[in-house]
Amino acid sequence: MCAWASRLLEALKWLLGVWMTVVVIAAFFYAPAAQNLGQMSRIIYFHIPAAWVSVVAFAVCTAYSVRYLRNRRTQDDAAASFSAELGLLFCVIATMSGSIFAKATWGSYWNWDPRETSIFVLLLIYGAYFALRSSIDDPARRGSLSAVYGVLAFITVPLLVFVAPRIPAVQSLHPDGPILATGGGLDMDGRMMTVFISSLLGFTGLYAWVFTLRLRAWRFITALANRQED
Amino acid sequence: MSSSNWAREALAVLVKDVRSEYRTRYAFSAVLLFAVTALAVVSFSVSPYSLDADVQAAFLWIVLFFSAMTGLPRSFVREEEARTAMSLRLTTAPEAVYMGKLLFNILLQGAVATVVVPLFLVLMDIAPAHPGLLAGATILGTLALASSSTIIAAIVSRANARGAIFAVLAFPVTLPGLSSAIRATTAALRSAVGSGSGLAAGAAGSAGTATGAAGAAGDLRALAAYSVLMIASSLLLFDFVWDD
Repeated sequence: MCAWASRLLEALKWLLGVWMTVVVIAAFFYAPAAQNLGQMSRIIYFHIPAAWVSVVAFAVCTAYSVRYLRNRRTQDDAAASFSAELGLLFCVIATMSGSIFAKATWGSYWNWDPRETSIFVLLLIYGAYFALRSSIDDPARRGSLSAVYGVLAFITVPLLVFVAPRIPAVQSLHPDGPILATGGGLDMDGRMMTVFISSLLGFTGLYAWVFTLRLRAWRFITALANRQED
Repeated sequence: MSSSNWAREALAVLVKDVRSEYRTRYAFSAVLLFAVTALAVVSFSVSPYSLDADVQAAFLWIVLFFSAMTGLPRSFVREEEARTAMSLRLTTAPEAVYMGKLLFNILLQGAVATVVVPLFLVLMDIAPAHPGLLAGATILGTLALASSSTIIAAIVSRANARGAIFAVLAFPVTLPGLSSAIRATTAALRSAVGSGSGLAAGAAGSAGTATGAAGAAGDLRALAAYSVLMIASSLLLFDFVWDD
């Protein structure tokens, strides 16, 4: 990598640190509280971006899996598993923060709200993905089998998004009115919107940074291992 | 390779599996005994007269799902354990292997369902309100279970902890089909003027009146679409699992 590109990445890293600090401060002091939910509504600056990143990480994992199946480069398999690791982390963060919010507003930690169901299935998929990886010794076989499972699971996720809200006897308790309009569009105060979008960008940047860091570390380790072998 | 040749190979794989299953009856008897045991546990532990249609449907599909989880991985694990997978790989096209195994799994799971569903109706003392709908939900649900489990079985047969991770891998992928099957079965079991219908219609909220037969038709269509999607993507991906 040439010098100016690595300097640019270095600068971006510092910018990300400053950006996230500003977002955290703004989430508590700049953005107003929502009308019905009060101070509790500040969860949206952390909970929704975490859930968003866990889905994006899954999509990235699937993209790398498809690429691995096409040209069988070890690096693509490693990238898919790193993305899945990060996705699992953010999925746990989103589930736990949402569960605490649910206890505070709806009175119980878990009640199979459609969105709780879909994030639970996402957790299960990530868990199954790593259970599969850890049960195969041969690296090439591990790569192709887990890639196939990742693609297969990714195909069923959109079905769940349509099916889960139709499961009877559970109505969504997720706050629709004040924060998220039912049509999927956003209905927010201008300042809330600014902080929310900035947080979304910040979380995605955080994911991208840790992901590239992990990939670079992996490249160094494999290069070192190859050199020792020679 | 011509298409008739391809279909003949798939049929040959199916016939081979049926014949070896007929000789040992290992998978069928194990799965059937498992299903009957699970049914007995369910009907011992609850009084049959107090259950709502949705609970009955859930029980039925839990029994069917877990019996599929015990039986369906056998189709590929047997090839690996008997060390016949390599010769099958050399002689038969991957797609033909997949279709043969899929047809065998559909037959096996269908045979289990034809025993379990009538037994369930007898043990739980249910007179289904819409028998045709129940039959449709059972057939399409069986198809959905088999179509999503077959490729997972192929994946699991090449991993180390075969028995332990099959249900873990299959559940998230099967869930869309399973929940549609449960909803269609609930509608089939619920009588039109039954005690539970008013409550459930209220609870269904946004679904409103869709809990009736019209909603069930949608669920059956969803099940068929899900099975087609699973079979198509499995056919595309099977090559990577089989010839790695």
